[in-house]
This record gives sequence, C-alpha cells and structure tokens, in this order.
Amino acid sequence: MGIEIKMPALSPTMEEGTLAKWLVKEGDEVKSGDILAEIETDKATMEFEAVDEGKIGQIVIAEGTEGVKVGTVIATMAGDGAGEDGEAAAPAPAAPKAAEAPKAEEAPKKAESGTSKLASEARATVQDPDLPAGTEFVKTTVREALRDAMAEEMRKDERVFVMGEEVAEYQGAYKVTQGLLDEFGDKRVIDTPITEYGFAGIGAGAAMGGLRPVIEFMTFNFAMQAIDHIINSAAKTNYMSGGQMRCPIVFRGPNGAASRVGAQHSQNYGPWYAAVPGLIVIAPYDAADAKGLLKAAIRSTDPVVFLENELLYGRSFDVPKVDDYVLPIGKARIMRPGKDVTLVSYSIGVGLALDAAETLAAEGIDAEVIDLRTLRPLDTATVLESLKKTNRLVVVEEGWPTCSIASEIAAVVMEKGFDDLDAPVLRVTNEDVPLPYAANLEKAALIDAARVVEAAKKVCYK
Amino acid sequence: MAKPTTPRAASAKAKAAAPATAGADHNRPRPQTPTDYKASKEELLEFYRQMVLIRRFEEKAGQLYGLGFIGGFCHLYIGQEAVAVGIQSALKPGKDSVITGYRDHGHMLAYGIDPKVIMAELTGREAGISRGKGGSMHMFSVEHKFYGGHGIVGAQVSLGAGLGFAHKYNNDGGVCVAYFGDGAANQGQVYESFNMAELWKLPIIFVIENNQYAMGTSVNRASSEDQLYRRGESFRIPGLQVDGMDILAVRGATEEALKWVQEGNGPILLEMKTYRYRGHSMSDPAKYRSRDEVQAVREKSDPIEGVKKYLIDAGVSEDEIKVIDQDIRKIVAEAADFAETSPEPEAHELYTDVLVEQY
Repeated sequence: MGIEIKMPALSPTMEEGTLAKWLVKEGDEVKSGDILAEIETDKATMEFEAVDEGKIGQIVIAEGTEGVKVGTVIATMAGDGAGEDGEAAAPAPAAPKAAEAPKAEEAPKKAESGTSKLASEARATVQDPDLPAGTEFVKTTVREALRDAMAEEMRKDERVFVMGEEVAEYQGAYKVTQGLLDEFGDKRVIDTPITEYGFAGIGAGAAMGGLRPVIEFMTFNFAMQAIDHIINSAAKTNYMSGGQMRCPIVFRGPNGAASRVGAQHSQNYGPWYAAVPGLIVIAPYDAADAKGLLKAAIRSTDPVVFLENELLYGRSFDVPKVDDYVLPIGKARIMRPGKDVTLVSYSIGVGLALDAAETLAAEGIDAEVIDLRTLRPLDTATVLESLKKTNRLVVVEEGWPTCSIASEIAAVVMEKGFDDLDAPVLRVTNEDVPLPYAANLEKAALIDAARVVEAAKKVCYK
Repeated sequence: MAKPTTPRAASAKAKAAAPATAGADHNRPRPQTPTDYKASKEELLEFYRQMVLIRRFEEKAGQLYGLGFIGGFCHLYIGQEAVAVGIQSALKPGKDSVITGYRDHGHMLAYGIDPKVIMAELTGREAGISRGKGGSMHMFSVEHKFYGGHGIVGAQVSLGAGLGFAHKYNNDGGVCVAYFGDGAANQGQVYESFNMAELWKLPIIFVIENNQYAMGTSVNRASSEDQLYRRGESFRIPGLQVDGMDILAVRGATEEALKWVQEGNGPILLEMKTYRYRGHSMSDPAKYRSRDEVQAVREKSDPIEGVKKYLIDAGVSEDEIKVIDQDIRKIVAEAADFAETSPEPEAHELYTDVLVEQY
C-alpha cells in the first residue's frame, strides 16, 4: 500500500510553488523528520519533511518544476509495512487533503480558504494613456513591482531608507523587500525589534528631521499599535506648524483579509486612514500601479499610507518597461469602459469587479469598472463623470460596510450626482462581522464576484 | 559602580542616593559623575536673563489666559526654568535638535525664539509661530531645529529618537535632546524608543523633567521605580539624577551627557528633579498637594533666586540685576501687546497647510 506525497501548502495563501530540489531519490529509505525536498513559494524556500517512514517509490514531479499546485502528488512512498493503514496522515504540514480514502467520493473536505475567490485571475492591465505607443510590458508580480519601486527611489535619493520588522536579513516577512539589504546595506535597510509604536515614531521623527523613511508594517493590523504616530504625529504636523514642519514618510504593508488568519489579522484600514485630513492614502490593485504609485508616494512631501494586499503580492501583471514609471496620486483609472452601470472599487475588489463585468457582459449589461487607486484624496470627478454616462453605480469594497469608502462614495454621489442617478447606489461589502476563521464562514463573510453581479443587475432593474 | 549622581540630587529631597549597584553591569563604561558648571559672570547673567524671561513670560501668559486671550490648554513652565536654560545653553542651535511635550514655551524661549511669535501663537494669531494653527502645545521652529511642541504624552520620545536617527544617518554631528515628564516616563513607547536608541547608538539625550506630578498624580503613586534616572538601565542606557533647580548642576550634567553621546556611546538619560509651581494646566485645582509644599520649594530652592545668589557672589550688583528685570518686563509687555493686537488668521488659512503638495 503506497502513500502519496503531495505538494504541501506552506503558507496560508500559497496555491502553488516550485519544487526546487529533491533531497532523496527513488529507493531511499526515509523516516519521519527527514528532509525530502526544498520547496520554493513566492515568499520563501522551505524544507519539506517526511511524516511517515518508508521507501521512496516514484518521484513524480522532477526537481526544478515550477507552478506545482498545492495537493499535486509529487512522489509516492511505499510504507514500511508495520502499522500501515493506508490512511496515514499525508506528509504535508497543512495537507489540503488527507491521503485518498478508499472511496474517492468520501474524500475529506478540503479546508480551503474563503479568500480563494477574492483573488481573481489577474486581468490584463489597461493601457495607461500617457504611455507612448509601442511601450514594452514586462510580466511582474505586485511583490516585485513594490520592491522595484523602493529600489529605484533608493538609488535616486540617499535620504530614502526602509525600516520595519524582518525587512533586511529575513528579506521581508512577505519578501517584498527582497534583495534591498544586499544592494543598499544595513544603514538604509533596517530591521527593527517588534515594536510598532516605537519605530513608527522613529520614522516620523526622522522624516521631520529631513529624511524620507519607508516604514513597513508586517501587516496593517499591527499598525494599530502605531496609529497615534500615523495620525497625531505624521498627518497633523504640517497643519499645526503652519506649514513649516513636514513629515514626508510612507507607511506601507499588506492590508485587508489574508487567508484563514482570523479576525485580528484580517481587516481593511482604508476607510480609517482615508478619514484623516493630512494623510494621502493609496491602495493599488495591479503591479503597474503598485510600482508607479509607490514611487510617487516616496517622492511626496506629504505622509502617505500605502495599503497593499497580501493576496495580490504573487499575482503577475504587465508593467510598462519605461525609465522612472511614476503615476499621479489622486487619480482613479477606468479599468474597463462601459455604458450601463459603474462599478467602483479599489485594491483587491477591482479584480472582482472586472470578473463581474465579464459575467454581466455575457448577460448584455455593459459595466464600467473604476479603480479608485487613491482613497484620499478621492477622485470623485472620475466617479461622477462615469455616473453621468451610466446613471447607475455599485461600490465594491473588501471591507466592512459601516463608515466605509463605499459609504463615502454613496454620500458624494448623493450630494453631487443625485440628478444623474436612475437607481439607488448599492454597496457590495464584507459582512458586518469580525472575520471568522472557519472556511465556510469566512467565505460567507467576504465579497465575491457573484454578489457584484447581483447588485449590478439590481440597479439595472434586471 | 552604578549611578553617578550630583551631590545636590541628594539634598534636593530626592531619596538618598541609590544603592551602589543598581543592578548595573560593572564592566560597562559609565559616564563620569558630573560636576557643577563653572560659569563666567557673563554666562550667569545670560542664564538669569533667560530664566527671568521665561518666568515673566509665563506669568503674563497666565494673565492673558485669565483675560480670555488664550484658550484651551496652557501649561506653564514656572519653577522649571533652570532645566531648559541649563541644557539648551550647552547646545548648538541649528545643529543640535530639541523636542518636547506640551509644556513647551520655556524650551522655545531658551532656544532664542522671539517671544512675540510665541505669545502670538498662544493668542491664536496669524503672526504666531504656527500661524495660529498650533496653539500652546504645538509650536515648532525647524529653523532653530526645535521640533515641537507635541500634545500626546510620550510621543516626543519616539519622535526624538527619530531625530537622533537622522543625525546619525546624515552624520551631521548633531545630538537630539528629547524632554519628557515623569508622567510620560510611564508610557510604553518610551521604552520601545530606549531599546532602539541604545541598540543603534543614536545620539540622543533623554531628559526626564521630573516635576513630581503627572497632572495630579505624584511620582510615587504612579511609578513602581520612582528613581526615574534608573529607567534606562535595563536598556543599558546610563542615567544621571540631577538637581534641576540648580542651573550649574543642570549645565554640568548636560556637558557630561553631551560628551558621552558625542563619543559614540549612544544615548544617556538625565533625570532632572524639578518642580512646577503652577497647576498642570490653567484649569488645575491643585487639590493633590498643599500650599505649604509649594511655598517651601519656592523659598528653599527657587532656580532664579539660586542664580541671583551666584550673580551676587560673582560681584554683580542688585542694581545691575534690576536693569535686567526691567528689560525683561518690557520685552514681555511688548510680546503681550503684539499678541493681543495682531490679527487672527485669514479665513482662507483654514484650508492651507493640510497637505504640502497639490494632487
């Protein structure tokens, strides 16, 4: 009776990885704890240990294979006979499925994440109209785009430095700062203790003292410890000093729901920061925007909260191959033109809105999709202009409904676009509850494309 | 040997000097026990002038508050003058940076900032140093490297560590002085900052102005370790306890602290034992201490009377001192006139300075 060894999930968001290296060969005897292989995820290279004892039968996936989906059989192992029960636990630390039960239809339920539906397939980037015709594009992950933005700005300006937990020697908790330490050294790429309040304050003080800090929060959930410095120290300084003392700083990191990490690690802070005068708040969707807007954020003389999304880090998009790709802050982008209904979103919601637009197109509804890109200042002009054309509007937001960006858009539309409305504005948001852990509940709490489709049809009275 | 402390600290009704070991690592280098600064007659005159300026300025601010010219919170520095004047007299304005909390008028005056624009900020006028938009607690002068003026208790300690970080990053030879009170000394971010400041050997002097009361709570009702100069020990930051009512002790300790930091040893902590005569803010009923207590400090250890004594010992006549007093009264009266009569900000200023750039 053989045991199937499957591609393990080595992080909450991992869907596939590279089988970098086999450390055993066919016929080797292994015992529990032996390292079988090295597996590279988009975040890290991990060692993969055997759980069972036995002899390696067949190596199914050769080393060097990329894009091996979690759960794929990568090797088989003959059990050692003693105590073999055929249903021995699979070797993966977080195996998506236990070893196949005898009857396939009774296979244990896969503990998938409710967030799997959030990260829509990466949609082709809409051409930036300001780019010259014939510009070459390079497929780049959001993660690499962010890193490239920081590296380019650090090369350009000695005052720019990156500080945060695990940004240097570990190469970034989410690998966003990978390679920066090697290029710029430990004067400019600085590991901090786990002490958000303290290093957010040190960053803000350094900015007041004339430097250009990029402060990474491992996630924005932890920035709650530091929110006093973001708001009271960074955002208000210029105003309180009558314009003489500035705080040019970027606070960046992943924001919003990740995957099965529960309520304390899954929250969208976009509306919180967007409520504060004196801050710039940016939440990009694709890799080109991540790069162009982060570069703009680092150059800005104002304090910027730059909200990334962990589920998007590994997604690839076309990024224009131009020297110094910098985008304007405060300008929304029409991702997909349409005439029947406007879908307004930002960050990960944009992918869902684009998915929904495709479904709607098949049903004869032509949706226009707007990516806000910047949450403060909000580009209300682009939204209102679109509304004039479509007369219907749905806001899509991976976050809570109450006092949200969606609420704000609805209010702006009431105040300035009332006569253009043929239907009430609808909000498609997460459920108004802390994010649950259980896969089914998590799924139920989060937005998806189907809900966007439903809302769009409702405002179209279809 | 642990804790070098000035001999005066013990006399300034601090608890007797700490036990010799205070848990310190014997092998670590420690700063020298500071000695009182040997001031020239001219320096003493300047100390006196600045301290009297702060005293009279603050008295006037108190009056203007009573008359309704100043609103909101207003925290006076009366009684603590020797601290800011003693420390800042040792700094190089434009090179060394200073940051403090909301009791900030004295530090600004001690850094040579025009009393008129400070008073005009207190009255919320266009001519104020923050164009009337900051108020008593939020005043800054980047030109003087005075970085505020912060209203959140303890925030200036992390921000100050950031200023120290910038000095080191730019290798400009500057030192940051971050002042905070005995109340702020219990904030968590202070210790986060201590940790990183020592870890990265930042050029910063942390100054605890221990005026004995955090609003109405006395140090020993709020602090399990009430010898605050020891608060850096577990981060390997040496501390000195100083008689903050004696300008020469303050200046002497500052010289030692600067030497320590400038030699690349990283941060140092100065606990200045001082006292505020007035309430925490203007609306403080002061039920937590007796009039006798305040009176006793005023009589026995008033910092201005202390300098006056030094001046007389140095052969300065009462008449010379009176000339300074009159001069200061005039400066303060002019500042008050200016602050009362200059216009409020234009209405459109409501919307300026929110962001630097246009988007």
